[in-house]
Amino acid sequence: MPKVLACVDASVYAASVVDHAAWAAGRMGASITILHVIGRKDRGGLSDLSGTLGVDANSNLLQALTEADEVNARLAQERGRALLEAARARLQEHGVTRVDLLHRHGSFVETVCEAEAEADLVVVGKRGANADFARLHLGSNLERVVRAASKPVLVASRGFRDIRRLLLAFDGGPSSWRAVEHLAAKPLFGGFDLDVVTAGADTASSRDALEEAAARLRHRAGAVEARLIPGEPEAVIGNHVRERGIDLLVMGAYGHSRVRSLLVGSTTSAMIRTCLVPVMLFR
Amino acid sequence: MHLFTAVRRDWLSNIRGDVLAGIVVALALIPEAIGFSVIAGVDPKVGLYASFAIAVTSAITGGRPGMISAATAATALLMVDLVRDHGLEYLLAATILMGLLQIGAGFVKLGRLMRFVSKSVITGFVNALAILIFLAQVPELVGVTPVTYAMVAAGLAIIYLFPRLTRVVPSPLVAIMALTGAAIWFGLDMRTVGDLGELPSALPTFLVPDVPLTLETLRIILPYSIALAAVGLLESLLTATIVDDLTDTPSDKNRECAGQGVSNVVSGFLGGMGGCAMIGQSVINVKSGGRGRLSGVVAGSFLLFLIVVLGEWVSMIPMAALVAVMIMVSIGTFSWSSVRDIRAYPVSSTVVMLSTVAVVVWTHDLAQGVIVGVLLSGIFFASKVARLFAVRSRLSEDGRVRTYEVRGQVFFASAETFLAALDFREVVEKVVIDVGHAHFWDVSAIAALDKAVIKFRREGAEVEVLGLNEASATMVDRFAVHNDPVAVERMTGGH
Repeated sequence: MPKVLACVDASVYAASVVDHAAWAAGRMGASITILHVIGRKDRGGLSDLSGTLGVDANSNLLQALTEADEVNARLAQERGRALLEAARARLQEHGVTRVDLLHRHGSFVETVCEAEAEADLVVVGKRGANADFARLHLGSNLERVVRAASKPVLVASRGFRDIRRLLLAFDGGPSSWRAVEHLAAKPLFGGFDLDVVTAGADTASSRDALEEAAARLRHRAGAVEARLIPGEPEAVIGNHVRERGIDLLVMGAYGHSRVRSLLVGSTTSAMIRTCLVPVMLFR
Repeated sequence: MHLFTAVRRDWLSNIRGDVLAGIVVALALIPEAIGFSVIAGVDPKVGLYASFAIAVTSAITGGRPGMISAATAATALLMVDLVRDHGLEYLLAATILMGLLQIGAGFVKLGRLMRFVSKSVITGFVNALAILIFLAQVPELVGVTPVTYAMVAAGLAIIYLFPRLTRVVPSPLVAIMALTGAAIWFGLDMRTVGDLGELPSALPTFLVPDVPLTLETLRIILPYSIALAAVGLLESLLTATIVDDLTDTPSDKNRECAGQGVSNVVSGFLGGMGGCAMIGQSVINVKSGGRGRLSGVVAGSFLLFLIVVLGEWVSMIPMAALVAVMIMVSIGTFSWSSVRDIRAYPVSSTVVMLSTVAVVVWTHDLAQGVIVGVLLSGIFFASKVARLFAVRSRLSEDGRVRTYEVRGQVFFASAETFLAALDFREVVEKVVIDVGHAHFWDVSAIAALDKAVIKFRREGAEVEVLGLNEASATMVDRFAVHNDPVAVERMTGGH
C-alpha cells in the first residue's frame, strides 16, 4: 500500500500540508504518515562567558545542560504531540483513517531523508516555522529536502484549493522526464486537464522533446495541451499559472548544481516562490 | 547530499554562539599557550603559533565540532627532554612526525582501541594531568618575594570571585589585566612573560625544520613522536567523548585522529609545537555557547590577531598572573568527584586510578601511566571473570563412574582452578568431563583439559570428554556473534 509522508510543524502551512496530503492519499489510495521533527538547534542556551573552570566544571556543566535540555525538550515534545494530534483530527475530518504519527528528534532534513525511504510521496510546506519572517521567502529546509529526497515532493501552498487543472513545466532535462513518466503512469494525476509548457527559444530539439512528452501523456484521461512559449521560464510559467487558473504546477527540480544555484539562483526556487499554487517536484 | 547537510550543520547552525564562545576561548587560550610553552622550555611564540595552527586546522579537519585543540600541557610535558637536549628544530620535526603517526592512526581506525581504556584509567589520566600542571607551577612559587605570593593569591581570588559579579567577561582575562596593571602602576620588579623569550610580532610563516634528514634524526625524534602521538590521541578522544556527552551529539573518532594529525603537521611547519584537544578549553567553549566548527576557527584566529596586535602588552604580563591562571586550570582539570567516589567504587577501580596517577607523576609521561592503567584493569577484569566458574561432580550409584560437570569461563586465569577442582586421587573406572556448559577461551584452557585427561588415564581411568566442540567455539578468533542474539544465547547459554 502506498504511503504519503506529511511533514508538519508550527507554521501556518501545517493545515495546508495536511489537506494536500489528504487529497494525494485519497487519489493514490495511500495511508498517511504525519511527521514532526523536534530540531536540536535552539537548545541549551547558557549565557556564561566567564571562561572559568570551577571545581568539577565538566560534571556541573553536564548537569546544567541536561536540565536545560530536559525542560526545552519536554515543552517541544508537548507542542509536537499537539501538532500531530491536530493533524490527525483534521485528516479524520477529511475521511482519512489510515494515519500513522511519527515524532522524532534530530535535524529536519536528515529525518525526512530517513523517513521517505518507506514513502511514495513527501508533502512539505513552502516555508517552515523558523522561516515565517518574510513573505515570498522560501523555507531554508525546502531546497535541501527536495535535493536530498529520492521520492517526489509535493510543496503545499498556503491554503488548499480543489485541483482541476495541472501544468507541467517541461525543460527536457532528466528530472522533467521523470515527471512525465509519473504523470503518465500514476493514478494521482489521472483525469485532470493538463498543460505541458516549455519556456524558451523555439528550436527544433526543444519542440521535438515537447511533442514526444505530450505524446507520452495523451493516452491518459483528460485533455493535454502542449505549448512552447518564448521567454524566461520564471515569467512564462508564472503568467501561465495565473492566466489559465492552474491549480498545481508539476516540474523537474534543481537540475543544476548547488554551486550554480548559489551564484545565479535556482529556477526551481524562483518558480516555487512566484507561483502561488502547490508545486509537485521530481528529481 | 548528506555531506552538504552535515557541513551546514557543523559550520552554520550556531554562528552567534560560536563566534562569542570562540572569542572567550581565545582570551582563555593566551595565558595557557604561554604557560605550556614555559613548561616545554620554548619561546612563548612556539606555543602561541601552535595554538593558532592547531585550533584552526583541527576545527576544520577534526571529527568533533565544538572541541578546542591547541598546545597542551599533556604534550608539552613530553617535550621537555627533547627541547633541552636537542633544541627547537628537533621539536618541530618531532611534531610533524607526530602528526603523520596520528594521520596513520586515523586511517587504521585506531580510535576503536579507546574502548580498552576504562573509565578509571581516564579519571587517573585527568587527575595526573592536573597534578602535573600544578607541579609545573611550583618552581615559580619557590624562593620568590612575598609580593609574588600576594599577586598569585589576588589572581586566584579575581578568577574565582569575579564571575559572581558578572559572567559576560572572562575572569582569567580580568585577573591578568588587573595584575599587569598593578605591576606597571607600582613599578614592581617581577619576572614577566617578556623575560621568557620571544613573542610573535608577525604572522607565522611556512618553514621546514632545520634538521638533517638522517636515520640519526629519526632515532632521536621517533620515541618522542610516538609518545606525543599516543598522548595527543588519548586526550583528544577523551575530550571528544566529554563534548559528545555535553552536547548530546555523536562524533567521528577516526576522523578526529586524522584531524589531530593534520593539525600537528601544519603546526610543525608553522614553527609551532605539538598539541591536542584541551579538556578545559572545550568545556569553556561549550559553556560559553560554542557548538560548531566555527568556534575553533574563531578561537585560533582571534588568538593570533590579539597576539600580533597586543604583543607588546602581553610581554608585560607578570609570571605571577600566569601562575594563577595555571593553578585555576589545574583545579578545573582535576576530577574532584573521583575522590568522593573512592568510597563507593570497587577497590580494583580505585587501584587502577591511583596507579595511573602514581606512574604519571613518577615518570612525567602520561602514556606510561595509561599503559599501566590499561594493563591493570585488564588483569582485574580477567580475575573477576575467572570467578565465573564452577565444577559440580557426582559419583554413579555403583561407585565406578565419576562425572564432572564444568560450567563457566575457562581461560589462562581460571585454568589452575579448573585442575584443582578435579580429584585425581579417587579410584574410579571411568571419568566423564562434561564441558558442554563451559567456555574454553584460549590455549591455556585446552592445555589444562589435556593435562587432566592424561592424569586420569595414568591413574587407570577411562576418560570421556563431553561437549568440547561447543565449549571451544569461543576459541576461534573473530567470532563476531555480538550482533546475533541467538548465537550469543547459544554461546553463553546456561549461565
